[in-house]
Amino acid sequence: MKFTLKVWRQDGPEAKGRFETYEANNISDEMSFLEVLDVVNEDLIHAGQVPIHFDHDCREGICGSCGMMINGQAHGPQRGTATCQLHMRKFQDGATIVVEPWRAASFPIVRDLVVNRSAFDRIIEAGGFVSVNTGSAVEANTLPVPKQVADAAMDAAQCIGCGACVAACPNGAAQLFTSAKLQHLNLLPQGQAERWERTENMVETMEEYFGTCTNHGECETACPKNISIDFIAYMNRDYIKAKSLNRKLAGQGLE
Amino acid sequence: MVTLDARIPEGPIEEKWEKARFDLRLVNPANKRRFTVIVVGTGLAGASAAATLAELGYNVKAFTFHDSPRRAHSIAAQGGINAAKNYQNDGDSPHRLFYDTIKGGDFRSREANVYRLAQISVNIIDQCVAQGVPFAREYSGLLENRSFGGVQVSRTFYARGQTGQQLLLGAYSALMRQVGLGAVQLHPRTEMLDLVVEDGRAVGIITRDLLTGAIEAHAGHAVILATGGYGNVYYLSTNAKKSNATAAWRAHKRGALFANPCYTQIHPTCIPAGDEFQSKLTLMSESLRNDGRIWVPKDQNDTRPPHQIPEQDRDYYLERRYPAFGNLVPRDVASRAAKREVDEGRGVGPKKNGVYLDFSDAIARLGRDVIEERYGNLFEMYERITGDDPYQMPMRIYPATHYTMGGLWVDYNLQSNIPGLFVGGEANFSDHGANRLGASALMQGLADGYFVLPYTVGDYLAGQLGKPLPSTSDAPFQDALKSVQDQTKQFLAIGGTRSPDDFHRELGKIVWDKIGMERNAAGLEQAITDIRSLRDDYYKDLRVLGNGDTLNDSLEKAFRVADFFELAELMARDALHREESCGGHFRAEHQTADGEAKRDDENFSYVGAWEWNGPDTPQTLHKEELTFENVHLATRSYA
Repeated sequence: MKFTLKVWRQDGPEAKGRFETYEANNISDEMSFLEVLDVVNEDLIHAGQVPIHFDHDCREGICGSCGMMINGQAHGPQRGTATCQLHMRKFQDGATIVVEPWRAASFPIVRDLVVNRSAFDRIIEAGGFVSVNTGSAVEANTLPVPKQVADAAMDAAQCIGCGACVAACPNGAAQLFTSAKLQHLNLLPQGQAERWERTENMVETMEEYFGTCTNHGECETACPKNISIDFIAYMNRDYIKAKSLNRKLAGQGLE
Repeated sequence: MVTLDARIPEGPIEEKWEKARFDLRLVNPANKRRFTVIVVGTGLAGASAAATLAELGYNVKAFTFHDSPRRAHSIAAQGGINAAKNYQNDGDSPHRLFYDTIKGGDFRSREANVYRLAQISVNIIDQCVAQGVPFAREYSGLLENRSFGGVQVSRTFYARGQTGQQLLLGAYSALMRQVGLGAVQLHPRTEMLDLVVEDGRAVGIITRDLLTGAIEAHAGHAVILATGGYGNVYYLSTNAKKSNATAAWRAHKRGALFANPCYTQIHPTCIPAGDEFQSKLTLMSESLRNDGRIWVPKDQNDTRPPHQIPEQDRDYYLERRYPAFGNLVPRDVASRAAKREVDEGRGVGPKKNGVYLDFSDAIARLGRDVIEERYGNLFEMYERITGDDPYQMPMRIYPATHYTMGGLWVDYNLQSNIPGLFVGGEANFSDHGANRLGASALMQGLADGYFVLPYTVGDYLAGQLGKPLPSTSDAPFQDALKSVQDQTKQFLAIGGTRSPDDFHRELGKIVWDKIGMERNAAGLEQAITDIRSLRDDYYKDLRVLGNGDTLNDSLEKAFRVADFFELAELMARDALHREESCGGHFRAEHQTADGEAKRDDENFSYVGAWEWNGPDTPQTLHKEELTFENVHLATRSYA
C-alpha cells in the first residue's frame, strides 16, 4: 500500500506551524498507523530532515500517550480504538491522510503532534483520589462493594487520559474525562467521605482550564475506551448536589 | 573493594521482617521535613514510594520521562496481582506464596526477601481497595480471585484485563494528592541520565528536561530508582517503546552492581512480528493455552491455508513431545519448542515466524458462545491487530521478551551497594530468581514502594541527620553534568547515516538470536564480538538530527541505545559464565534428556553481581551465595 500524509509540523510551542506532505510507500496493511509514521521518520532521517515528533509508548492502547487527529477524527476512523491500535487495512490504498495534533487551547502544542496535557493532572490533583495514607487501610473484605457498583466504577475507571474527548469537542471541554475520573470514585463506598468536596474541586478545576459542555456527544464517539456520556450526567447531578450540600456543611452542619 | 552484605535479619523467616522493622531506625516527624528524597520513575514502585514517603513527611522530588506519571509501563500489565489472602479457603498462606515464588524462580532468589513479599502481599490489597481500585467482585460484593500459572490456589486479584492500569491509577492518585499538598515536586518529561555519588554515597541525579533540553543537577539525601526492566534490549518486546535501562545502567557505571542480567523472561503467546517495521509485540494472555491447540504443518513447504491442512499433515508438537502436559507446559518450555519449529522452517504466516494456536476443536466441543465468553476480548484484540478472525482461522503466535528478572543488586533493605541508592520494582533483582510467576510483578512493585522502602529509606536517613543537602555546585555534580553535556554533544556531532532505531533493531536481533530463549557458549562468544563491533559502528555512523535544546526524540533514543549496547554485552557475559540452565536462562549444553533445564546447585546457587570496570574492561563478578533453610532444593517439576 502507499499513502500521502499531510502532517502538521511545528518546531516549537511559539513557532508557526505548517502542513508538510510526505509519501509513505511500501506500507503493509498489517502495520499500525504509528508504524507508518516510524517509516516516514526513517525516510526523513535518511534524507537529513528532522523526524516527526509524536507521543507514543505502550502501543497497545492502554497508556494513553498517543493521539492525533486523523482526517479530522480523534484517533482516526475506527471506533473504540487508540491511534496505536489503528491498522492500515482500515484505509484505502493510495489515500491522502491528514494528520494533526489535538487542537484544543488547553492542550498547547509542544512540537509537531505532541501536546501538553498537564491540565488533566491538575484535575486529578484537585481531588481525584481517596485520602487514605499507606498503612491505614482496613482489611479489604470488610467493605463489600456490590458487583454492579464495582463494574460501573470500572467502566469509568478505564479512561486512559489520552485527551481525545477534549480534541473532539467543538468547545474543547473535558467533561468526559473529568466525569469518568470523578464517578469512578463517587460510585464506590470508599469514595463517599470526600464525595461532595471532590466533586466541587474537580469540576471547578476543570472549568479553569477547559471549555464548557454543550452536549454535542462527540467525546463519546472519539473515546478509545467507549466511555459513556452518562457519566457526565452523573457528574452534573453530583455537582449541583455538592454545591448545596457543601454550603450546608459550612453553615448548618451535616444533612 | 566491593563486599556484598545482604543484611538479612537474624531469626526465623516469618519473624525477620518484624524484627527488621523494629531494628530500623526512625526519623522523628520534625526531622523528616529536613530530608529530600529523589524518586526516579513513577510506575507502581516509584509512584507508591513517592506518595508514601511524602505522606510520612519527607520532601520528595519525583521524576518521569512521561508527560504524566500515570503513563508508566506498569499500566500495561493485564492479568492480576497475587496476594496470600486465602479468601477462597483453598489452603493459601504467606508460606505457600513464598514457596511457590521460590520454586517458580527455580531456586535462584533470596528466601528472606521473598518471604517478606508474601507477608506484605495482603496489605497491598487492603491499601488498593481503600484507594478505590475497582477489583473484580463476587455477587456478594466480596473480592473475586482467579488462578494463574504455576500454582494450585486462586490468589490472583484482578480488574478486568487492566489490573496494572487500575493499580497504577491508584498509586498515581495517591501521588497526585501529595503533589497537590506540595509534598512532592513532580518533574514530568524529565529523564535521568546520571547518578551523582559523593564520598561513596548517592547524593543526586543529573536529568535532561525533554522539552527544553536543559541538563540539570538535583540533590537529595537519598535516591530511589524505580525505573523498570531492560526487556527493550531485544528491540522487539512486549515492553512500551520508551522503556529503557538508562537510569539503572548509569547507576551501574557509577558503582552499583548489576545482578543476574541473563535472567530474562520470554512469554510464549504473543502476536508474531508482521513486517520489518514492527515496532513492538503484543502479549496474548497465557490462559488461551487452556483451550487452544498448538501446531505447525509437518512439511515446511506446506503453503495451504490452515483449514485445508488435514490432521495427518499437522504436527501438534507440544502434545507429541509432552503428552502429560500437552499445550500447558511451562512458559519456558513452550517458548523454546516454538522457536525450534520456526528455526527448522516450519513456521506459519507470511513470514513463517509463528505457530498456530487453534481453537477449532474447542469451538466444536464447547460451542462458540463458551469460547467467546472466555476469550472474547482477546479474540477481538487479535483481530484488530492481525485482521484475522480467530473464530475462523487459527491464531498465529510466537514468544516475545516480556520481563527481566535481573537488575541492580540490592540488600534486604533494597539498598544497592552504594549507600543512599535504593532500587525498587523491576529495576532491582530481588524477588523473582531466574523466572517470575504470573501476577507477581505488580505485587513486588507495590510491596517495595508502599511497604518496604518507606521504612528502609528512613533507616538510612536517620544516619544522615544533621547533614545538609549536598550542593549541586560540588565537584561530583559538576563532573556528572559535564559528562552528560559532553555525551549530548558527541551524539549530535557524529553525523553518520543511521538512526538510533536502525542500530537498535540490529542490536535486538543479535540479542534475540544469541541471548534469547536458548543460549550456547559459541553463540554467546559470538554475541559479544558482534555487539562490540556494532557498538563501534554506533559511535561512528549514528545520525541524530536537530539540536539538544528542544524536544528531540532521536537524541533521547541515542542515550538509551548506547546503554543497551553495554548492557547486552554484560548479559552475554553473565549467560556465558552461568554454566547451568535455570528458569529463563537456558543453556543448550545443560539440559536433561527430555530437554528440561538442568540446574547446578553445587556450583551456581548464587547471585551473580557484576562490577563496572570501564567501557573496555569486562566487569568483575561478585557472588552472593544463596542459602535455603526453609525450602528443599528440588528439580522444578509441574508433573
